[in-house]
Amino acid sequence: MMVMGEGNGGEATRSKVIMDEEQISRTLARMTHEIAEQVADLSRLVLVGIQRGGVDLAERLAELFQTFYALRPPTGAVDITFYRDDLDVRLGRQHGQPKVHLTRLPFDVTDKIVVLVDDVLYTGRTIRAAIDALFDYGRPQAVRLAVLVDRGHRDLPIRPDFVGKNVPTSRKERVVVRLKESEGIDQVVIEE
Amino acid sequence: MHLISIDDLSAADIENLFTLSDGFLEIASRPIKKVPTLRGRTIINLFLEPSTRTQSSFELAGKRLSADVINIKGSTSSVVKGESLKDTILTLESYRPDVIVMRHPQVGAARLATRYTNASVVNAGDGTGEHPTQCLLDLYSLRRVYGALQGLKVAIVGDVLRSRVARSNLFGFRKMGIEVRLVGPPTLMPPGIEYWQVPVYHDLEALDEVDVVYLLRMQLERAKGKVPPVPSLREYSRLWGVSPYCLKPHQRVMHPGPINRGVELSADLADDDRSLILHQVESGLAVRMAILYQCLAGSLGEESAT
Repeated sequence: MMVMGEGNGGEATRSKVIMDEEQISRTLARMTHEIAEQVADLSRLVLVGIQRGGVDLAERLAELFQTFYALRPPTGAVDITFYRDDLDVRLGRQHGQPKVHLTRLPFDVTDKIVVLVDDVLYTGRTIRAAIDALFDYGRPQAVRLAVLVDRGHRDLPIRPDFVGKNVPTSRKERVVVRLKESEGIDQVVIEE
Repeated sequence: MHLISIDDLSAADIENLFTLSDGFLEIASRPIKKVPTLRGRTIINLFLEPSTRTQSSFELAGKRLSADVINIKGSTSSVVKGESLKDTILTLESYRPDVIVMRHPQVGAARLATRYTNASVVNAGDGTGEHPTQCLLDLYSLRRVYGALQGLKVAIVGDVLRSRVARSNLFGFRKMGIEVRLVGPPTLMPPGIEYWQVPVYHDLEALDEVDVVYLLRMQLERAKGKVPPVPSLREYSRLWGVSPYCLKPHQRVMHPGPINRGVELSADLADDDRSLILHQVESGLAVRMAILYQCLAGSLGEESAT
């Protein structure tokens, strides 16, 4: 029942590191400053990570806010599994079932400035689902998008407000963000 | 993908359902208790036997997943005019439903229905056969309360002979590593029980060692026309009815509902803090959402996805 990933006939995947720990750290710091610069009312800022890749990043950004601005914005997490547009396609056949994680929004989103945080922005469908999920909880004043990597190939008219790194990719490639919190190492790799 | 018997699922499948159920449980605490996951799918609840809990929770489960849900109740349907099950299913199949949730007075009815429809069939109780979704919600409730299921001791007490819940729960609980014992008068134990490889006791003392007491309702409606199961309900409640005084402080009580206050359990036990009865209902909604989701967006049961 659990068949994960696209098989590639047993060939080794080629992988190239495009961001190391130091680069990720500096990029997140820069993004923190950008968010602080752009968001008019920091008292209404909340950071919501998209399960699973964005959650740890949202926490890191909140920590950086605390360090630089002596203010830690509230953080939450949103799971988009129930809002996906591709459940028919994923019917356990090729990709395996999407794993459900929890949505945790320990604050009212109404009137807040919500910065959605994700690791990789690709087609934009995940973001569309996250916005739908968010709106089931209330009416934010504004929703902004922060991503560590934008790899292009949008299917929907969605654009990020804060980008760590723009990485042109081909559709055959995969961009993988690994973080210490879950995988013991900070790195961004492109795999083929 | 059908769910006819609890044996259609492996322990891994069940763990998977628990994870999904956690996600669906969260929805109940939102202001907008709805997700678009099954938007536009068609779910038919075909209930040819009375039901409060199962029917209402499947209805709400489908609606909270944004599906189109229709409810057919036996007493107001053409079954009353003598329409056969086969014809009923074929008729409903014309609407090309995605899921048919079925409760029927005869064992095997849900399995029969799978022959006449392409929809996923979920057995919501077939006579004295099985009630797999009840078992799943009971397991989930236990998981929510106790964390790990392995090694828990549960006593199933009462009319095991006529209880589909007892059957599904016995098979399902054991699958998840729970130690089960059956307790009740010999007249309410099925013939051949000795081959079920489960300890059977005829005394409420057997409740001493367990963590959870699972009570069954006397299935009087299934005893019609046959030898009465007990000499009188009063005698049954005196010898086998459970009250708060029968239980230790750490023990809990479960019941699939509907309860008969004063028969299998005393009225004050139903209202006791140790009762998980309403907790089960809450779990039931989340689990049924997970089951519907699995039928349509995951892979569930006999036919594994290729």
